[in-house]
Amino acid sequence: MMLLSLILLPLLGAVLLALQPRLGAKGAGQFTMCWAVLALLLAGGLGCPVMSSREWSLPWIPDADIALRFSLDGISWLFLVLTGLVTLFAVVASLLNGKGDRAYFALILVLQSALFGVFTARHFIPWFLCWELTLIPAYLLIRLWGGTGAPKAALRFFIMTLGGSAFMLVGFLALQLAIGTMDFDALGKLAANHQLAGGLEKAFAFTGASGHTLLTCVALAVFLGLAVKLPVVPFHAWLPAAYAEAPTPVTMLLTGLLSKMGVYGLLRIFLPVFPEVLPSIAPLLSWLAVATVLLGAMAALAQTDLKRMLAYSSVNHLGYCALAIAAAAAVQTDRSALAAALSGTVLQAINHGVIASTLFFGIGILESRSRGQRGLNDFGGLRAQTPVFCGLFGIAVFASLGLPGLSGFVGEFLIFNGAFALTPAAAVVSVAGLLLTAVFLLRMIRQVFAGPLKPSLAKWQDLGTAERIVFGIAILLIAIPGIWPQLLLQFSNAGILELLDLLSPLP
Amino acid sequence: MVETLTPHLPNLLWWVPLLPLIAGGIIALLPDKHGRIASKLAIGALFVSCLIALAALACSLTPKEVEAFAPVTWFTFGDVALKVGLLLDPLSASMAAMVTFVALWIFIYSTGYMADEKRFGRFFGFLSMFCGAMLMVVLSNSLLLLFMAWELVGLASYLLIGFYFEKPSAAAAAQKAFITTRVGDMAFFLGMIWLYSQTGTLLFYDGGNGLLESGALASLAGATTVGGLSVSAAAGLLLLVGAMGKSGQVPLHTWLPDAMEGPTPVSALIHAATMVAAGVFMVARTHPIFANGGGLTVPLTACAWVGGITALYAALVAMAQTDFKRILAYSTVSQLGFMMVALGTGGVAAGMLHLICHAFFKALLFLSAGSVIHGCHGEQDIRKMGGLSKPMRRTFIAYAIGMMALSGFPFLFSGFWSKEGILHSAQTWAGGYGPFLLAASAALLTAFYMTRQALLVFFGEPRKPGVHHPHESPSVMLIPLYVLAAGAVLLSLIATPIWPWFEKWIEGESAVFDGGALSHGLGLIALSLGIVTVGVGASWMIYRKPSENSNAPDPLAGKLGPLWNFLERAMGFDALYEKAIIGPLAFFAGGVDMLERMLFVPLMGMAEGLIKGFGRLTGATDESGINRGFNSLCSGLKQRASSASRSQSGRPQAYLRSIGLGMSVLLILYFWLSAR
Repeated sequence: MMLLSLILLPLLGAVLLALQPRLGAKGAGQFTMCWAVLALLLAGGLGCPVMSSREWSLPWIPDADIALRFSLDGISWLFLVLTGLVTLFAVVASLLNGKGDRAYFALILVLQSALFGVFTARHFIPWFLCWELTLIPAYLLIRLWGGTGAPKAALRFFIMTLGGSAFMLVGFLALQLAIGTMDFDALGKLAANHQLAGGLEKAFAFTGASGHTLLTCVALAVFLGLAVKLPVVPFHAWLPAAYAEAPTPVTMLLTGLLSKMGVYGLLRIFLPVFPEVLPSIAPLLSWLAVATVLLGAMAALAQTDLKRMLAYSSVNHLGYCALAIAAAAAVQTDRSALAAALSGTVLQAINHGVIASTLFFGIGILESRSRGQRGLNDFGGLRAQTPVFCGLFGIAVFASLGLPGLSGFVGEFLIFNGAFALTPAAAVVSVAGLLLTAVFLLRMIRQVFAGPLKPSLAKWQDLGTAERIVFGIAILLIAIPGIWPQLLLQFSNAGILELLDLLSPLP
Repeated sequence: MVETLTPHLPNLLWWVPLLPLIAGGIIALLPDKHGRIASKLAIGALFVSCLIALAALACSLTPKEVEAFAPVTWFTFGDVALKVGLLLDPLSASMAAMVTFVALWIFIYSTGYMADEKRFGRFFGFLSMFCGAMLMVVLSNSLLLLFMAWELVGLASYLLIGFYFEKPSAAAAAQKAFITTRVGDMAFFLGMIWLYSQTGTLLFYDGGNGLLESGALASLAGATTVGGLSVSAAAGLLLLVGAMGKSGQVPLHTWLPDAMEGPTPVSALIHAATMVAAGVFMVARTHPIFANGGGLTVPLTACAWVGGITALYAALVAMAQTDFKRILAYSTVSQLGFMMVALGTGGVAAGMLHLICHAFFKALLFLSAGSVIHGCHGEQDIRKMGGLSKPMRRTFIAYAIGMMALSGFPFLFSGFWSKEGILHSAQTWAGGYGPFLLAASAALLTAFYMTRQALLVFFGEPRKPGVHHPHESPSVMLIPLYVLAAGAVLLSLIATPIWPWFEKWIEGESAVFDGGALSHGLGLIALSLGIVTVGVGASWMIYRKPSENSNAPDPLAGKLGPLWNFLERAMGFDALYEKAIIGPLAFFAGGVDMLERMLFVPLMGMAEGLIKGFGRLTGATDESGINRGFNSLCSGLKQRASSASRSQSGRPQAYLRSIGLGMSVLLILYFWLSAR
């Protein structure tokens, strides 16, 4: 019941906002901020051991084994807390930059509700409903509050994600027809006993295709839906425009949370449901992941718009998650390497969520101080004028390029550790991505913060108190898991071990 | 005293790196106006670190087994616990003592040198972090912890080289240093995970299960990989590339001369105790992997040759430089090459001895250079100096000691013995005379260019146009010079062939006083003497009477012609990289961006059109009512979905369309199935 109330809480907030027509933008923002704090506390509280009820289920169409089933484990909990944090962060950023009005904040809350659902649903139907539900507020937030190119970018984002989802839906409906269930855990158990391919072959005998082929098609369809969201090359083309055109707090949500839906889906749904066919599609996934890593980094190198550059940087960073998933798909015999790859994926997803939204928060500060400028060459020498901002932003940048001691490193270390043992060639090629990341991020630091101060920036104020507090907390959230990764891993490890048992059962 | 300390060491040792790191963290939070507090905090923290490190050194003096302190679990993933820990053996104890001691005097010197700096406190924060990270490198018992600290050393050097960030050249140098060393770091990273995936541990010593112990080494030697290399050889080569980046070996050396953009104490720290020493130290630490399998292993051979080539290359380039600090920078590159030769041909002891002696005299030389530059109001061009031995007598004496140690003046100076040791091991190396010849020629050139520098800066008459009213530096800057000078001389006592205490200690044996040892190595000592005499003599002949005019060309420039220009431009590496790497990279990035615009975006447009079209089609089918009587599953789904979207957006059509798309496919399947 607690879980259900968490999922519904933001929705309730949105309804309350809708019922207050006379509430101004600022009031709405403050209300939303309080509401987001409440959601964060509730999400955090669900992780306490005393909370025993972490499962909520309602049989909906029992004949077809359809149930609204939500359940919480350590990995889900980490994503819930991330959702709570980044949403709060984005709301505060909107408040500080004076962005948004009542509808804007209500939509953010709706989005949060849907995300809570995505990260906890254990049956395809409720999961898919929430998955699709994220799309509408995200679309509207980009479309209505974004830059000049927003309508087109928003529509692209919407249609591409929807197109991917359609394939995913078909895939799962095929499973429903053949197997009779769309419950992730039930499917996982059947898959571990190698029953999915057989079931599909029997149900679709008229096609004459083998069960393996059919299951491969289904797996690819599901992968497509998840890959668009992550995104994996070549399904990424919607992303730079959407990230760049969205208002910056919404970009924080897009990169911090929406992209994590893809990672989460790959980790919690794709891997456990399709182990029978994973090895045969793993090479494809591997090379797509490598392409994502390299293309993201190379394209970032060519950008002069800071938001587009960081957008491609996000592609690059999530490419490492894809790399780890592909590695885990390729070989399932080396348990410790699998554990490294999967734990690394969780860490990378969570930490990237915090780091990337912090970076975009910094860009938002640049934008609001410069009235919307965000070109690589629009600034210069800011470190002399705004040393605190530069210092904090610099820490986030170094976290992003994987400096040890900050949170980005451990995830990447584990991912490469696993990927190198399982798919060495892909891992070796992807290391170039780590190098290129340093090149474009340090170039940004140099262009924006170093050199002589541009005269037009001489009147800039350094961060105000509120900005300092928010930025400081974000930096703490980056530094602490870097020094103490066990803080996150202790929650994910039980889930990782379960996944390991599904993928690579102990003899 | 040693007995009472030993049981506390495992806990105390952590504080050696942590104190400076914590001091750096606190200083980062201090406002700029509290600069003096910051400097006291940094010096105090390092002083305590230094005391602990010296105590640890005292504890490690008695020969015993390697002392690996109980490693702690850093984190757990799956069933695997990843452990890190610290290690005390002669190698780490000597390095920790050297780093804290040399750095402490550099810190003290900096309070004088940087006195007028606006961001005085910030400077000490970065210095503190730099030292703390380096100490972690040195004391780590885990390749992973070493790598992490190694990267932090890189960050600190980035911040310090770019300390004057308003200067575009400083910002560029900082970026270049970080990225060039990161090229090496990525090789190191790969080597590390390779070792881990092969052996399942990254601890160096772990009661027989460590990476550098027999079990893991045997497994590394047993596994072969591409080109018939054993995994230990391949990983060793990768580690070597990492060390080459950090220690400025050709071809990854280009960042080191540019690192001069940082304040002079930073140069002293980078070139002596921290940063560049990290690379050599890492090879020394992982030497069992390099030497795994015995005999002439591939990574050791590579190490010897890379070192030899670097030693000669940098010595040649140093001959033709005119910037005081740049000459010293190239001499560092060259001396690091010597250390690599030593590690490749001889072993850990010879390389480490030179590393430690070099740390003392190179810190001394850089601090003297700082004193000279300080006294000359920021002038760095040696052609504009001259005759400085009179106004700056004290600086001159300190410089002279450092210069003679670096050039290898016989007997009294540590540099002579450590270099002699390297030449000895290179000469007796089984892999041929190549590295020996390279190193011997480099030694000759070292004596040559250092004599040139000394003559041009301190002797003769002041040149015109030149420096006005040079003055001596304050004693807070001079005292560190004399302490380091004393070290540069006294270290020679522990390193002679008669009593090779250091070598034996590193190798875990006791040294015996053996007067006869001198006679075995007499030939080589004579050769060393000859090399120094020829180098100094030749330089004396050419530069003893320099032109009074500071714009006059170098006497050698006319004789060497275009070759001189080639050397002056450091053999064109920077230009080559600009053409061969940076240009193509930008071009390639542009190409990828083009690919995005010309291929992926249009492709997406097509997909978009397709989806829209299909949506319209199925929307029409949907409305005509085919789906009436659909089974409960689908209608439930549809109602749910459409009501959800209608209530949320003003534009439900698009949403409906996609659901329709999925529905219609399902529908086709459904009819197909029921028709059979």
